[in-house]
Amino acid sequence: MSDIPLERGAVSVSTRRVGTRLPARVIVALICWLVIAIMAWPLVMSFLASFKPEAEVTAVPPDYLPHSFSLQSYLKVYGYQAGLPTYLFNSFMVAFLTIVFCLALAVPAGYGLARFHVPFKEVLFLVLLASMMIPYQALLTPLFLMFTKLGLTNNHVGLAIIHTILQLPFSVYVMRNAFEGIPRELEEAAIVDGCSPLQILGRIFMPLAMPGMVTVSLFAFIMSWNEFLAALIFMSKETAFTLPVLLTGVIDSFYGSVSWGPLQAGVVVSVIPCIAIYFLLQRYYVSGFLSGAVK
Amino acid sequence: MYANSSRYVGLLFMTPALLFVAVFVLYPLAHLVYTSMTDASLLGGGEFVGLENYVKAFSDRGFWRSLWFTVSYTLYITPVLMGLGFLAALLTTENTRLKQVTRGAIFLPVVIGLATSSFIWLWLFDQQVGLFNRLLVDFGILDKPLVWFRKADLGQLAVIISVTWKIVGFGMILMVAGIQSIGDDLIEAAMIDGASYWQRVRRIILPLAARSILLATLISAIGSMLAFDQFYIMTGGAPRGQTFTSVYWIYQNSFVYFKLGYGSALSLILMVIIMAGAAVQIALTSRKGSS
Repeated sequence: MSDIPLERGAVSVSTRRVGTRLPARVIVALICWLVIAIMAWPLVMSFLASFKPEAEVTAVPPDYLPHSFSLQSYLKVYGYQAGLPTYLFNSFMVAFLTIVFCLALAVPAGYGLARFHVPFKEVLFLVLLASMMIPYQALLTPLFLMFTKLGLTNNHVGLAIIHTILQLPFSVYVMRNAFEGIPRELEEAAIVDGCSPLQILGRIFMPLAMPGMVTVSLFAFIMSWNEFLAALIFMSKETAFTLPVLLTGVIDSFYGSVSWGPLQAGVVVSVIPCIAIYFLLQRYYVSGFLSGAVK
Repeated sequence: MYANSSRYVGLLFMTPALLFVAVFVLYPLAHLVYTSMTDASLLGGGEFVGLENYVKAFSDRGFWRSLWFTVSYTLYITPVLMGLGFLAALLTTENTRLKQVTRGAIFLPVVIGLATSSFIWLWLFDQQVGLFNRLLVDFGILDKPLVWFRKADLGQLAVIISVTWKIVGFGMILMVAGIQSIGDDLIEAAMIDGASYWQRVRRIILPLAARSILLATLISAIGSMLAFDQFYIMTGGAPRGQTFTSVYWIYQNSFVYFKLGYGSALSLILMVIIMAGAAVQIALTSRKGSS
């Protein structure tokens, strides 16, 4: 190995030592690219396979890249059972309702926790975090009995309630932090001006706590969109499936004629909103992630 | 200072959320305890049977096998996730352009669903059309494509590979935050003292990031103990029920065999195990606020 002097300025902390052999930096860069390739590979392969014509998807052994372009797989998924639009609508509707429920419950709760003296506040806070300690998987049986009676199975509102149970602790946590970060002077000025607590919440706090609300919505969407077990149990009717449940159907039903193409097309459709949101709102996502888990 | 009446105003704001938790978490929890002592099934029934379901659970080989399988899965995957997560955090903790892109790439699969990622890997692992098999053959690691899901240990390995890809970024991002919160001056002081990179990692970064690592380990272990999606989709419990996880076994009993009473008892047993872990997690989480 040869000693090559390091460039000045562009040197990173870990290689700043005098006399470090340059390859360290190059090797690190190469490892980075290798890792990026490994992480991207499954998604890229799935994406490319979704555009292969059927003969190519079912070829043994398979080729990595498509030789021709085809929308056959997408058309098959599009026409599957009740049709893709129905399933997209189900997934979006449940996710949307989950966001609405989470905000409607967590914004006032976070405000109450952050800004008022409440008797037994920390105990009540722990009650709100209860579903963090109790795995929802264990509650699905009683909830299923309850929702069957209430007619909330195979129902967007029903599944959104389950997803809200899952997401509420995080949402309350984020909103409490968001409201606690707002300077007290603003609130006092509003009280002097004669605003009621509700007006203060609506006119002053909510606009300032917008980043917190974006974080809550973002996580509610991604969780709800991807959640599988409750959707599998509560959305058993063919017309009520959400996308992940639909995919189990796609794979089962085309057995024999092998369904790998449509499955990958379905995967691409399911993945796109998540990835788009991740790229658009990465800032909120990573910070929300850390505040929810670490703080 | 607040006016005296505002304590009730604050409570008023919390009421909707508290009611929601009471109706959809606490009441079902009480109902779960009750149902676990009945012979309820989806088709009716519901006679009180006392602790019979629990007695049955203790002699239910399927349940013990699923619990042991879940524990072994957790014991295998957690060190893999944390070890690779820590290495990924070391690799990408600086904020250079390339390292940020790398961090983003490692974190990307975290946002797609576990079910979705399992569907991708189910296909990649397929013996006939699976590109992962093809890749392993092309690299000379395998002689010919493997049937991954006919043997329990191979199936488990396949799931571990796929879940590692999907979730390794989660531990990484927690540890990046832990490492970044260590002051630069401390690390630079060690460098001036002539500590090598790996010495700095072992003596400074590892001990000071220990709390984030422990937290990531707990969250990850709890998640693994509750595994369902990946096994339902990739192994389907095959072969002969050897890859049923606990949640999967409960799902089978409650929603496939319709034994709701028995499924409730199993749920409660699992819940007690999980809650012990979650309690530790919350204790760790809230300690930072007081320090």
